[in-house]
Amino acid sequence: MFKCALGVVAAAAALAVSGCGGGDDDAGSSASKSSGDEPVAFEWWHIQNNEPMKSIWQEAADQYMADHPNVKINITVLENEAFKSKLTTTMQGGKTPDMFQSWGGGTLKEQVDAGLVKDVSELTSGWIDELNPAAVGLYQVDGKQYGVPFNLGMVGIWYRKSLFEKAGIDAPPETWSEFLEDVQKLKDAGITPLAVGAKDKWPGMFWWANLSLRIAGKDAMAQAGEDGSFDSPGFVKAGEELKKLVDMKPFQDGFLAAPWDGAGGEAAEIGNGRAAMDLMGQWAPATFAANTKDGEKVLEDLGWFPFPMVEGGAGQPGEQFGGGDGFAFGADAPPEAVDFARFLVSSEIAEKGGASGAILPVIKGSEASVTDPNMKAVLDERAQSDFVQLFLDQAYAPAVGQAINDAVQGLFAGKSSPQDVAQQIADAAKAG
Amino acid sequence: MAAPVRRARRSRARRRWATIALFLAPALALYALLVIAPILQAIYYSGFRWNGLGDLDTFVGLDNFKRAFSDDVFIGAIEHNGIFIALSLALQLPFALGVALLLNAQLKGRALLRILYFAPFVLSEVVTGVVFTLLLQPGGFADAVSPVDREWLADPGIVIYTLFVAISWKYFGFHMILYLAGLQQIPRELQEAALIDGARPHEVFRYVTLPLLGPTIRISVFLSIIGALQLFDLIWVMTGGGPVHASNTMAIYMVDWGFKRFQFGYASAVAVILLAISLLFALTYQRLVLRRDIEGALTTMGR
Repeated sequence: MFKCALGVVAAAAALAVSGCGGGDDDAGSSASKSSGDEPVAFEWWHIQNNEPMKSIWQEAADQYMADHPNVKINITVLENEAFKSKLTTTMQGGKTPDMFQSWGGGTLKEQVDAGLVKDVSELTSGWIDELNPAAVGLYQVDGKQYGVPFNLGMVGIWYRKSLFEKAGIDAPPETWSEFLEDVQKLKDAGITPLAVGAKDKWPGMFWWANLSLRIAGKDAMAQAGEDGSFDSPGFVKAGEELKKLVDMKPFQDGFLAAPWDGAGGEAAEIGNGRAAMDLMGQWAPATFAANTKDGEKVLEDLGWFPFPMVEGGAGQPGEQFGGGDGFAFGADAPPEAVDFARFLVSSEIAEKGGASGAILPVIKGSEASVTDPNMKAVLDERAQSDFVQLFLDQAYAPAVGQAINDAVQGLFAGKSSPQDVAQQIADAAKAG
Repeated sequence: MAAPVRRARRSRARRRWATIALFLAPALALYALLVIAPILQAIYYSGFRWNGLGDLDTFVGLDNFKRAFSDDVFIGAIEHNGIFIALSLALQLPFALGVALLLNAQLKGRALLRILYFAPFVLSEVVTGVVFTLLLQPGGFADAVSPVDREWLADPGIVIYTLFVAISWKYFGFHMILYLAGLQQIPRELQEAALIDGARPHEVFRYVTLPLLGPTIRISVFLSIIGALQLFDLIWVMTGGGPVHASNTMAIYMVDWGFKRFQFGYASAVAVILLAISLLFALTYQRLVLRRDIEGALTTMGR
């Protein structure tokens, strides 16, 4: 019995890493390179598995097929994690869906290097300028366009207005030193200044990433992505500033074991008014509301400001940290897939998404469709941004992103010095 | 006369082998396909630097193995598996044995207690993990009943012991049931005879019960060690191996490198190491410790 159990466990372990299977997917089976009125079918995988986007896109696809009777779109709607594993196994088999969810950045670059995705520079050249340049930039590899964005959000600091009032803070801080003063004011007023879910690692990484963007600057971050120079002075300084914050003990009790979402998590701290501020993306308000009994009250009490500027840093205003969603195309995708993507990001469809509050559309002029005050706050800042530093676990190779997560967690736990952190990340990046 | 008999015997033997082969084939085929093939594949992958996409073209030989054994985090993970094994053998199994002895005695409501103690084993690991996470969060149940104020899951210094409590809560019932079954196979006459001969209760336990329970204990130890080597689910749910790798195990390390960092070659090497350790232990243990038990008869007094 135990022999068998051991075998099964070993097999599971082996299976887990070999990732074999998944051969029954129908991806990449489209007719290639056809034009005119020849019948064309293509595969579209997306992850908008919740309403309202699911219906908005289904209707859009139906409308497109009605307008183009020769086109048949085979839609597969997947949950985020299921999508990632299904895409990975399918790609390991050398196949790719014709049009699929992509976050751009390092993962897209790996797919480009493996020859799995299509260069759409020419197919999009006539209209890609109509989209937000920061969003478009996330889908460029070596100056070529490999994808089309439909959503772009940003990370900033959400705060409870009532708690700011209680601590006597009149206006959101604009600089890092003002921010640190406000943290102290909140502490003095007996309020937990910040919530963070360091168990999930990435919420802590957001702090390091924003400080790096403000201090080392976007060029240094791009450079480090190329040659692994995460040990340059700018990154060490970013670590030092973060350590300064951590040493003030501004976080909720047990933050090292707290997740972002769920019981005892970061979102519940803000949702229930136990902490004042939270560094998080545009998806945060919905999660705050979901983690408390009276969601409406939280949404009304929320304010947002961009990550403060650091005095003497290389970062400029208008540079933010964030990411979004878009589509990439399989190497053999028909041009119709790209044309359909253009239709999806057009004002007609994008504004439906914007009005529903589900996405922050990227086509210029569609910003007005967003009415939710919390989303508007983010959009107003985005309108002034010309650069978005993509989430690091997506911008860099996955192993580098995880190394950053791990190293920064060490800083939060007080186990690593800023020099250690910079060195650990640089080592991982240079090892490739 | 002799020749036809021999031929008949030979053909009967051949038919018997044919029957055996016929019955074994499906199981063997499945075993080869689902167990042997993936293991061989993992061993093959472990020689490459491979991100899961594209071709296997960067052969690195044994580099992945060298890298694993020079990574402090992986060494730490092995140590944590070792700590779980040591704690299980030193605390969890004796505790399970104690409870089993108690519930083997004439005790009012022991059927109910048996069910109660066994119940956690029936729960899924994920449910157990979520429940314990809730109990252990700051200001939760654990803080309310504990005399000392600690961050049970957030403090890297104690998180591994907190997890051990949760793991023991889940698994001691299983070992208890094993011991109970073992205890009930021991003829009462032996213990009574020892008592009549003047042995004191603890001597009866030491010289009669314990030796006769030997085979059960050896199996229980074996299962416990294999379980501790493969620890994954509960820790993954409760801490994800953190904070700062303080509760990392080999299996968590492997999944982290495979499915978060997409270094499938390296993760395969870790899988191979985990397999080698488990296999080496299992074979050695079976050969040295379990041999007599496997050969059969429990009447050899077990020692």
